[in-house]
Amino acid sequence: MYAYIVKRILATIPVMAVVAVFVFGLLHLTPGDPAAIIAGDYASPSDIEGIREKLGLNEPIPVQFYTWIKSVAQGDLGVSIFSNLPVTKLIGQRVEPTLMLTLFTIFIAIACAIPLGVLAAWKSRTFIDRFAMIFAVLGFSVPVFVIGYILMYVFAIQLKWLPVQGYKHLADGLIPCLRSLVLPSIALGVVYIALIARITRASVMEVLAEDYIRTAKAKGLSSRVILLRHALKNAAVPIVTIIGVGIALLIGGVVVTESVFNIPGLGRLTVDAILHRDYPVIQAIIILFSGVYVLVNLLVDLSYVFLDPRIRY
Amino acid sequence: MAAIDALVAEQTVGADKSGRMTEFIRRNPTVVISASILIAMVLVAIFAPFLATDPLELAPWQRLKPPGEFGWFGTDHLGRDVFARTVYGTRISLSVGLFVALVSTGVGLFIGLLAGYVRIVDAVVMRIMDGLMAIPGILFAIALMALVGSSVQNVIIAISVPEIPRVVRLVRAIVLTIREMPYVEAAVASGTRLPQILVRHILPNTFAPLMVQATYICASAVIVEAYLSFLGAGTPPEVPSWGNMMAEGRVYFQFKPWLLFFPGLCLACMVMTVNILGDGLRDTLDPRIARGMR
Amino acid sequence: MDNSTAGAARTDSPVLQIKDLRTFFDTRDGTVRAVNGVSLEVYAGETLCIVGESGCGKSVTAMTILGLLPKPPARIESGEILFQGTDLLKLEEQDMQAIRGNEISMIFQEPMTSLNPVLTIGRQISEVISLHQGVSDRVARDRAIEMLDRVRVPDAHQRVTEYPHQLSGGMRQRAMIAMALSCNPKILIADEPSTALDVTIQAQILDLMRELRDDFGTSIILITHDLGVVAEMGERVLVMYAGRKVEEASVEELFHYPLHPYSEGLMTSIPRLNESLAEDGDRVRLQEIPGMVPSLIEEIPGCLFAPRCSYASEQCVAESPRLAEHRKQHHAACWESGNFANRLESSTP
Repeated sequence: MYAYIVKRILATIPVMAVVAVFVFGLLHLTPGDPAAIIAGDYASPSDIEGIREKLGLNEPIPVQFYTWIKSVAQGDLGVSIFSNLPVTKLIGQRVEPTLMLTLFTIFIAIACAIPLGVLAAWKSRTFIDRFAMIFAVLGFSVPVFVIGYILMYVFAIQLKWLPVQGYKHLADGLIPCLRSLVLPSIALGVVYIALIARITRASVMEVLAEDYIRTAKAKGLSSRVILLRHALKNAAVPIVTIIGVGIALLIGGVVVTESVFNIPGLGRLTVDAILHRDYPVIQAIIILFSGVYVLVNLLVDLSYVFLDPRIRY
Repeated sequence: MAAIDALVAEQTVGADKSGRMTEFIRRNPTVVISASILIAMVLVAIFAPFLATDPLELAPWQRLKPPGEFGWFGTDHLGRDVFARTVYGTRISLSVGLFVALVSTGVGLFIGLLAGYVRIVDAVVMRIMDGLMAIPGILFAIALMALVGSSVQNVIIAISVPEIPRVVRLVRAIVLTIREMPYVEAAVASGTRLPQILVRHILPNTFAPLMVQATYICASAVIVEAYLSFLGAGTPPEVPSWGNMMAEGRVYFQFKPWLLFFPGLCLACMVMTVNILGDGLRDTLDPRIARGMR
Repeated sequence: MDNSTAGAARTDSPVLQIKDLRTFFDTRDGTVRAVNGVSLEVYAGETLCIVGESGCGKSVTAMTILGLLPKPPARIESGEILFQGTDLLKLEEQDMQAIRGNEISMIFQEPMTSLNPVLTIGRQISEVISLHQGVSDRVARDRAIEMLDRVRVPDAHQRVTEYPHQLSGGMRQRAMIAMALSCNPKILIADEPSTALDVTIQAQILDLMRELRDDFGTSIILITHDLGVVAEMGERVLVMYAGRKVEEASVEELFHYPLHPYSEGLMTSIPRLNESLAEDGDRVRLQEIPGMVPSLIEEIPGCLFAPRCSYASEQCVAESPRLAEHRKQHHAACWESGNFANRLESSTP
């Protein structure tokens, strides 16, 4: 078991290394002069030269890579070209909304999707199942911002139950904060729910067809016990896996959702950075989000140890 | 359970082939309906010029008119006919979807075959693929777009690249499995050379799973294009893509929702039909191999 | 062996009585008549073997008793299953659950896949005990350890904390038996319990089952296609073919005087170690029954075995034979039984 854990942790290193190379290479792989790209269309040659100096672009590439890695490791993610603030500070300012939004979304998604998937599997081929699956396909197909705008229109503008846009910080109270996140979380979460529900259903259905479920039934256990004690744990591995993999979807969706609902988080930061070609920020964000994704999946891998005793022994 | 399944299966062996088509339609109504809608959309895309007026024609004096006398879907902020733009948008979305699917499957197939067969390539390539898969797709695409600038081709490339690692994984897995099969070993033993083995034995086994994966990629690409355009990092503003239409329409959303609604509906429709098609393909072709996808 | 040792008829009432059971499966190609009019009785403490080839309906019969078939596509067309007077087919699910694992238990063929891989052996046994006997987890666990001891699993205290994949095939089957007998059921249904095991382990498991049967007084319905198992374990035998019962008798009667051509076919197709050479020195071929099992979808008016039967007459093809008692407590469904039995009696040493 310990060998498994160590192996998994070590495996994240080459992955992050590739991400680092990619992120670093972003600037250098493009056709054209990186400094000129950053400087923009209206820069003068001296501006470009200035930027080149500032970013140390005159050094040979491996040296640049090394310096960059070193500073990243020390927590220095560079300085934003657009706002001249240290990137770390920028990120620090924007982390809370994004974190709250993501956590809230994950919570809602898991709470809705797993029961939905289990129910669909249990009552497979009946009306409930078909309905759930059509909903799942729909959820997967409608873009986040469309759902977002529809929700906004119905619940915020017409019914006025929830705030239209914006974000209330935790410091202003938990309830106002959550209220401002309800619509964005639902919009963001629909895709996630659809994905998890589908996999849950497929996984549970597969498990329910196994011989040991027949044995459980032959022992006189009730359907509830069979589902919860015998089936779910066996179905857990693919479900937990998809929760981890689906985080990538969430991250992508966060960018758009924050744009729709005007939430001052990392997503908005990304959009602004793209608009202004603010490379240090873009690089930092990619590293951050990729790092989070890798971490989450590592946790998922480690959770297998608890879910499947065959790995343990 | 297995005994009963075998019993029932035994009895159903004699089904005749002529009724297969109607049988299929009867048992998979959703797939058939989706396929029909999709075909309808393809036809709309092809015959767009005959179905609508010029989508680029500016008519600022009739801007932001609701659906009705000024057009079936109304007009946008520059007076352009939303219906025409939606119809032409079908072309963009379909071509983006199709080309992304083709490019990513093609490139992925090539790399996957190499990785599956050449040990050294495998070790290096798979590490890189794992790393690339760690970068969330949209961010990846955004970063690429930020680099290369806005055009439909660039959008296609930017969306294809993040999809390639998954295809490579899939192809490589298939190659590794087929490679161990006795009939391949027999072929090698009787002197068949590598290219022939690849073409005759390995490739055919990749078609079904790749086709299923390609449909899912197509659906995903259509959505990602919309996201990119929405964020301003997608197709150039003049291009009447649905994503652009929604990006432009969002500003007026509160009072003129049709600007968002129609392209959004069409987009959802296209993506849904392609997804359902993918599911249907997967269920029909080979459930076992294709199950590890998505 | 003469008729008088066939055993006296049981005068007590049977623990389980199946009356004219018909279990059908609705498939897209038609209705599969998996069990088509089967009746049987099981008495206290006896071992009834149900024999037949794959697809003859023996497993379906067993699963119907416990209500384990998914409905749809399965459907009980007609019949009664009387357990101590109550018709199981008419019971609500909750009441059936009280009977499963408690009064009637079942063990299956594949011990590896029949045990839940993520739960400990101890848990899987104790949950039955706590469920049906209403005792605390503590007590249930102790009883589980006792049962494991009973089924000769060494180191029971350690084993209860282990998972199925840590046990060998024989151990797993023992654990399944422990699970099934933990609440002292009246009937144990064993569906091919030793088929998936190595030959040596098979023997051990069968020995164990015999011992437990004697200790607990459980009736056993043993389903198998292996006549060797029947010879070892069985007291009475029921032969099934294509969803119907074709013969029923005591083990000795069946082995010495098969009254149905199918049963005769089964007996002669067993390879016998001492008969590999005929009188003239040539090798004797293994006798097989020619032909194939009929489709269970089509309605065939005559005897289902007729196409493969070397004794078939016109009547056999036209009319489906009914069960008749041709010898004492020995029933067979065959028009030609009379001729058949006489022929056999004259040739037996």
